[in-house]
Amino acid sequence: MNHAEIIIDGQNVAHHAAAEHHDHDHHEQHFIWKYIFSQDHKMISKQFLITGIIWAVIGALMSVFFRLQLGFPDSTFPIMEKFLGEWAKGGKLTPEFYYALITMHGTILVFFVLTAGLSGTFANLLIPYQVGARDMASPFMNMLSYWFFFAASIIMLTSLFVETGPASGGWTTYPPLSALKEASIGSGIGMDLWLMGMALFVVSSLLGGLNYIATILNMRTKGMTMTRMPLTIWALFFTAVLGVLSFPVLFSGVVLLIFDRNFGTSFYLSEIFIGGKALPHIGGSAILYQHLFWFLGHPEVYIIMLPGMGMASEILATHSRKPIFGYFAMIISLVGITLLAFLVWAHHMFVTGMSPFLGSIFVLLTLLIAVPSAVKVFNWLTTMWRGNIRFNPPMLFAIGFVSLFISGGLTGLFLGNSALDIHLHDTYFVVAHFHIVMGVSAFFGMFAGIYHWFPKMFGRFMNNTLGYIHFFITIAGAYLIFWPMHYEGIAGMPRRYYDFSAWESFKHFQDINAFISVISIVVFFAQLLFVVNFFASIFKGRKVTNPNPWGSTTLEWTTPINPGHGNWPGEIPEVYRWPYDYKDDGHGGDFISQTTPLSPGEESH
Amino acid sequence: MSVFITTLLVFLVFIIIYQIGKASEYASVMRGEENIKFRTNRVIAWILVAFFILSMYGIWKCNEIFKNLMLPVAACENGVKYDNMFFVTLAVTGIVFFATQAVLFWFAYRYQATPTRKSEFFAHSNKLELLWTTVPAIAMAILVAIGLKNWATVTSDAPANATVVEIVGKQFNWLVRYPGKDNELGKRDFRKISDANNILGLDWKDPHNMDDIISQKGELHMVVNKPTKLLIGSRDVIHDVGLSHFRVKMDAVPGITTTLWLTPTITTASMKEITHNPDFVYEISCDQMCGKGHYSMRGTVIVETQAEYDAWMAAQQTYYAENNAASAPTAANMAAPAAAKPAGDATPKASMKP
Repeated sequence: MNHAEIIIDGQNVAHHAAAEHHDHDHHEQHFIWKYIFSQDHKMISKQFLITGIIWAVIGALMSVFFRLQLGFPDSTFPIMEKFLGEWAKGGKLTPEFYYALITMHGTILVFFVLTAGLSGTFANLLIPYQVGARDMASPFMNMLSYWFFFAASIIMLTSLFVETGPASGGWTTYPPLSALKEASIGSGIGMDLWLMGMALFVVSSLLGGLNYIATILNMRTKGMTMTRMPLTIWALFFTAVLGVLSFPVLFSGVVLLIFDRNFGTSFYLSEIFIGGKALPHIGGSAILYQHLFWFLGHPEVYIIMLPGMGMASEILATHSRKPIFGYFAMIISLVGITLLAFLVWAHHMFVTGMSPFLGSIFVLLTLLIAVPSAVKVFNWLTTMWRGNIRFNPPMLFAIGFVSLFISGGLTGLFLGNSALDIHLHDTYFVVAHFHIVMGVSAFFGMFAGIYHWFPKMFGRFMNNTLGYIHFFITIAGAYLIFWPMHYEGIAGMPRRYYDFSAWESFKHFQDINAFISVISIVVFFAQLLFVVNFFASIFKGRKVTNPNPWGSTTLEWTTPINPGHGNWPGEIPEVYRWPYDYKDDGHGGDFISQTTPLSPGEESH
Repeated sequence: MSVFITTLLVFLVFIIIYQIGKASEYASVMRGEENIKFRTNRVIAWILVAFFILSMYGIWKCNEIFKNLMLPVAACENGVKYDNMFFVTLAVTGIVFFATQAVLFWFAYRYQATPTRKSEFFAHSNKLELLWTTVPAIAMAILVAIGLKNWATVTSDAPANATVVEIVGKQFNWLVRYPGKDNELGKRDFRKISDANNILGLDWKDPHNMDDIISQKGELHMVVNKPTKLLIGSRDVIHDVGLSHFRVKMDAVPGITTTLWLTPTITTASMKEITHNPDFVYEISCDQMCGKGHYSMRGTVIVETQAEYDAWMAAQQTYYAENNAASAPTAANMAAPAAAKPAGDATPKASMKP
């Protein structure tokens, strides 16, 4: 569609054949336009990634702090006081700040890392590259998307430093707890900042998502039919669709909450006596918020999972030197997951007192999601079958992704079934389930993507040895942390507890909690190893010499090693075949690039 | 300052590790990349196998550790059904788990790259796709069928002879209200609540309220083998009545009344014997985040025989009487109303049998 020359940023686009040196031939872009207010999808993707990494370190550090409390409730850790000041006076977390930490940990990891950091990075990086476009449909909107995210980040970060602390009602911020200042100190200014931050975040997400959809639908290069798109693009496409259709609902939920908090409305409030007096609110429904929240909240977990699924598909195929098994089945299962994602939100609400009949419908729809998920898993396994598997870090993380997706997905069958959820709800079983499936598994998808596309992003490799260490510590650690939590949850141990020592039913898990905390600290340091590897490799990593180092079929590897703005120095290449032709190319190679025309007599996929 | 130095040291260690990693990689490049690649590949494949085997051992070990830490046998009829369904689901998911993980790691090991191996071009098979669409669909249908049957039972209307008890959450404790002699809970209104003398906002114009009894310690007494229906409410934010030993929970939402019913089958006393724990107690945990004291919002369930229940009930004062007795001397004793001595005007009732 756009094989005709598209001019982006006029003089800034390099069109020289001498790919390695094109930047020097042109007048340099000013630092600010190149690195800060950049409209280049590649730079924006790096901005998202680096911001995401910073957030991830902050979010993970928070988990270390509250794991110290959970693991060693009777000990004090003076180091915490250094970091947290008054909130950890004498080296012991206050309950108020414990709840603030778990709230912000969830918010940061779910939204700022695994939504913005993940889709923001890879949708920006891969969509123009892999569909064969010079940039996004609207590079300017794309830039705005990052800067709204940045503003949201600043506001959320600010809330950590206000006197009454950040929001502390859980990442789901259910009213009335989050609506009433009397209910919790975190429901003061911290909550206002949380709501403002989230509102800006939604704006960012919509600007980005609309752009991704428009680019995928309208800016594919000649020959790139929808069914020749790599599965990464399909996955990112549905991720964007989910976001565009569900984030506005969260936005409305957030706005109504702002109204209830500040303007005396009663959308969520009814018949409340708090702080020594009865409030005037009548007729609102606290459950309404939960419907609005989970109408985003559930699609949100697929917004987090789908990019990982897409990248795992791509990476498993590439490093198994085999086509992805069941390309169309993979697309259809993505469609199925996307549709069902909108129809299952109330499975988070089985015990809110909603109609049992309605609950039954949601049980049925929820367990239905297992079918497309199972199809994907079996297809990944078959992709590896009779492959020629190279165990480099991206492949290992992709394998880890599949392993964790299976483990975390299966426990979803317990929670999605209301008759079992009625006991497991809000216990550590839930914590274990969602951390494995949408926390660690999604992270593994992200890590796989980072290790795999790092050469494309920075023209250098990340260090493999450190990648291996990172992988094995992380996967072993993830299972050691979350596997025992399932048992605790089955034993009824509630989540979001500051201390279990007063409970006859739960206090005997103390040793196990301590064990989990120790492992989580080890895993935290393993992630720092990754961070060091990442930043050091940007400057010191082994240089990429082959433009297509993995022997991959997709378009991004047909660009120069360090492409300029516009990606391809000359014409955008034309596409002739599907993206998974990992087969004998007739010259001793084991793959055929999408840009290679079909040879005589060859059938297209 | 020390934080800064520690951070710097940690960072330095990472840089050193990075340099070592880098050096080893360059060394391998110099020794001939291709050979090294396949050797590393083989090593990693073996580590994956080792990881899988160790994980299986770890799962077994984890089971051993937790065997004696789990909940005792379910203490109500529906709880027993719950446990059965749980194990069916566990069996189904367990089989899938072990099979798929084994296949994943087996394929990884079996099809590791070697200098001679060629991958097979195998892109799709409708037969296979059909197989692994229908099998999971059937398995899901079975799980849904069992689930909906149990769900219908557990959410069905309480039997007509059920004792009705109200449990109300507030930051951060449970208030349990018993209907008293007339076996009827009187009306209440949140606007009438006063922490000093009307903790649940009972409407004193409603005569049904006069004999209502409130346990401010969050003691929920139930008669064994007799259905009890809970009317669940909240004074302020959302709470949740979590009854792990009975395998149920239900949110307490301000503005609406939710319900739950169950028939306890094991008394607290018998459970002490079953668990060999003289301190055993059925606990009510708040399972919905409700503020800074969430983790301490504890109530207890006492399952007892009818005789014990009657005796306990007979010893209770009505909230009305308690409140009038308490208001005279000082307001300070409202914190421990159960400890407040009956002042004499409240004559203990002979029997509260409904």
